[in-house]
Amino acid sequence: MNLTLKVWRQKNASDTGRLVTYEAKNIIPDMSFLEMLDVVNEELMQKGEEPIAFDSDCREGICGTCSMVVNGTPHGGMKGTTVCQCHMRHFKDGDVIIIEPWRARAFPVLRDLVTDRSSFDRIIQAGGFVSVNTGGTPDGNAIPVPKTDADVAMDAAACIGCGACVAACKNASAMLFVAAKVSHLANLPQGRVERERRAIAMINQMDSEGFGNCTVTGSCEAVCPKEVSLDFIAQLNREYGKAILKNRMERKLAGGG
Amino acid sequence: MKLDAKIPSGPLAQKWDKHKFDLKLVNPANKRKYDVIVVGTGLAGASAAASLAELGYNVQAFCYQDSPRRAHSIAAQGGINAAKNYQNDGDSVYRLFYDTIKGGDFRAREANVYRLAQVSVNIIDQCVAQGVPFAREYGGLLANRSFGGAQVSRTFYARGQTGQQLLLGAYQALSRQIGLGKVKMFPRTEMLDLVLVNGHAKGIVVRNMVTGKISTHAADAVVLATGGYGNAFFLSTNAKGCNATSIWRSYKKGAAFANPCYTQIHPTCIPVSGDHQSKLTLMSESLRNDGRVWAPKKKGDKRAPGDIPEDERDYYLERKYPSYGNLAPRDISSRAAKEACDDGRGVGETGLGVYLDFGDSIKRLGENTIRERYGNLFDMYEKITGENAYKVPMRIYPAVHYTMGGLWVDYNLMGTIPGLFVLGEANFSDHGANRLGASALMQGLADGYFVLPYTIGDYFVTGKQPKPNPTAPEFTKAVNDVEALTKKLLSIQGNRTVTSFHKELGHIMWEKCGMARTEKSLKEALQRIPALREEFWKNVKVLGVNEELNQNLEYAGRVADFLEFAELLCTDALHRNESCGGHFRSEYQTEDGEAKRDDDNFAYVAAWEYQGQGKPPVLNKEPLVYEEVHMSTRSYK
Ligand SMILES: Cc1cc2nc3c(=O)[nH]c(=O)nc-3n(C[C@H](O)[C@H](O)[C@H](O)COP(=O)(O)OP(=O)(O)OC[C@H]3O[C@@H](n4cnc5c(N)ncnc54)[C@H](O)[C@@H]3O)c2cc1C
Ligand code: FES
Repeated sequence: MNLTLKVWRQKNASDTGRLVTYEAKNIIPDMSFLEMLDVVNEELMQKGEEPIAFDSDCREGICGTCSMVVNGTPHGGMKGTTVCQCHMRHFKDGDVIIIEPWRARAFPVLRDLVTDRSSFDRIIQAGGFVSVNTGGTPDGNAIPVPKTDADVAMDAAACIGCGACVAACKNASAMLFVAAKVSHLANLPQGRVERERRAIAMINQMDSEGFGNCTVTGSCEAVCPKEVSLDFIAQLNREYGKAILKNRMERKLAGGG
Repeated sequence: MKLDAKIPSGPLAQKWDKHKFDLKLVNPANKRKYDVIVVGTGLAGASAAASLAELGYNVQAFCYQDSPRRAHSIAAQGGINAAKNYQNDGDSVYRLFYDTIKGGDFRAREANVYRLAQVSVNIIDQCVAQGVPFAREYGGLLANRSFGGAQVSRTFYARGQTGQQLLLGAYQALSRQIGLGKVKMFPRTEMLDLVLVNGHAKGIVVRNMVTGKISTHAADAVVLATGGYGNAFFLSTNAKGCNATSIWRSYKKGAAFANPCYTQIHPTCIPVSGDHQSKLTLMSESLRNDGRVWAPKKKGDKRAPGDIPEDERDYYLERKYPSYGNLAPRDISSRAAKEACDDGRGVGETGLGVYLDFGDSIKRLGENTIRERYGNLFDMYEKITGENAYKVPMRIYPAVHYTMGGLWVDYNLMGTIPGLFVLGEANFSDHGANRLGASALMQGLADGYFVLPYTIGDYFVTGKQPKPNPTAPEFTKAVNDVEALTKKLLSIQGNRTVTSFHKELGHIMWEKCGMARTEKSLKEALQRIPALREEFWKNVKVLGVNEELNQNLEYAGRVADFLEFAELLCTDALHRNESCGGHFRSEYQTEDGEAKRDDDNFAYVAAWEYQGQGKPPVLNKEPLVYEEVHMSTRSYK
């Protein structure tokens, strides 16, 4: 099949950027979306034009590297699917496809479809961990974990940190990402010890990175390639609320302001 | 070159404890005087960087992805082995050790493998403490599954995303140290050279992949944890960015490269569907528990699988290996699939595929049971192929998956260049000629959490090297060399894209040095690879400039290295006149087509030493001395 692509081209962070039209010819239904772009890029290079820059690595839907908005939807809108796992058999001959980068203040464009998502890393660095050093840990079976808790923790931990949730949100909020990590750890006994500190530190970092507020529209859950549930945002709100309350009480007890 | 593996004396089971006691220690207050560079933040690199920083060392960590959380380790599905014996089914450190040595076809170092089995139990404890959500039983205890090459159930898992969860655990530990200022993280930064001062590894040259800026970093030791070289074959189950650049360029600075010909080809991957294909996807080995592998008996049979009657199907694994049947080991199953296809009996449009058929199991157990067991894999299969494997058999074909070879390291994980440590898939250490499932994750984390943090201090104390000076001439020269190489790549402006060279190289490697190798095919490869390399340097087309985000330039550098490295791989394969594990030389097989080892002549590690551009490398041999285990013949009939 033959397709018309309108692709965001932007030389670097300070360039203004524009949509440029390309023809994608002889596309086979078995190709993945990124393989289709590979074909277009090979042709561009043959012609001496610079290829479209886009991020990808595993191409199996697990590393969270690929990131592009296809026809207005992050990852292209197939349920539970990253764009690297989206295949061309879902398009038809003559389709016009608009391809843009993630758009959010906290994810500046570096080139074409490539954005800087290091704000996510800084949120994890602020508190998305359990403070244990290597060695000296108790036996893995020392603390039984109810199977349902482990399963819920795993549902949350499935997040691949791609940023589609932010790209889909009209407020560019990172709540689903933060909620996934806070809930993953808060549902396990090993993570519970620091739950208050973690929730506050991660939320503070999120705010300082310039992500927007959450108004629970659910657009994040709809595009999440790992189908991370909106319920975790509710859990995050509870965790955060409790943490703030506890903080205040502790300060009062200590006689502080 | 003298290879000293530094294997401690004494009984096997006590070597590591004794060694830990004998190693020199750096006192806590002095640790902050030492700087360590860690290249790679997969399981091996992230666990090492975090653990070293916790001890007090100053760490600089590097990865080419935009975040350390995205290293290729994330893609591991099945699980991680540990000798916990939680199932009370007879597992032990010794059994895990023995299975690994045997699985590796008696080509690994005993002492390293024993230590690996010993620390495997600590890994699980560590990961649980970090909040890794391993699968649990209803009683709240950890669940296990079985894996190939073992008769006990010792594999820990987190759904089909074990690698992801273990890596996130290590990434979070690393993030904590970044937040505390003990690790300085450099994502989107590619190592392009190793810097030696006074013969010791004292720094690296890197390129900032956003700005193109080339700079140097100095430290008291350099740790490489940059993964495997499977992408030398172009198509593999590895991530697109996996490369051999850091280990190859270190080899060219004097680090010996061990057993490059040991590559693992996994039997059950989704077949290539066309020339456009950019990578291959693994379908877990566990599917062979309920799927039956077959090919049509007739050559060129183009009928739909459902139209081929039972007596015209060849269930070749069941036929050839009646006792193991569809669960024959990876190397054997892969070769058998290739044979059927070479014989003109392959299926699918390309003829390079065989069926993995669940029809009988669905009849016996019902579709729901099969869905419960493998639903996610069937979904993934459908996403990629558009076919419903509950209705038509899956098509599968072998693909390059893992590389057992890597930079040579001693028992301390130090290479032949003092101060250069190599961890994870990048080293050659523990898997011999064939890796067992669920053992790579174990090795990466063992190296990073529990081995390097002990051994690196000993180097600092005994090495007694002065602090490296980043303005030393060695650093300036290395930068100049890297800049010259970049300039050259950009100046050729030929007619062929980087991808076309990589694909052609991959084709040569797969055809001539893949599942079955012969003296003739290897000699052919050794003619064609240098010719292709020569053409690359005359005719490659790399667009853009260095001072920008330039993915084509990054790729060109990696392919340039593969074009050199592939020659070493084939040279090693040609010299090893025996078959063992993943290295199958068709000339060396038993009457019934099994790998035929030659312990008299080849029970050694082949460590290759660079001699300069255009000169053949020198082969050094580290004899494999087995004190504990008797080398025997593997049989799976
Ligand atoms: C599909 C698949 C499934 C698998 N399943 C399993 C399984 O179930 N169980 C199991 O035990 N094993 C499995 N394996 C194998 C296992 O995943 C790997 O061997 C292991 O994760 C490698 O870890 P590593 O830390 O050595 O390297 P990697 O995870 O590959 O990390 C390499 C790191 O090096 C960095 N890097 C590379 N080159 C450079 C450079 N030049 N400059 C800067 N940084 C660089 C990368 O950015 C990355 O951070 C699987 C492998 C695949 C492909
Ligand atoms: S490239 Fe890894 S998730 Fe798409």
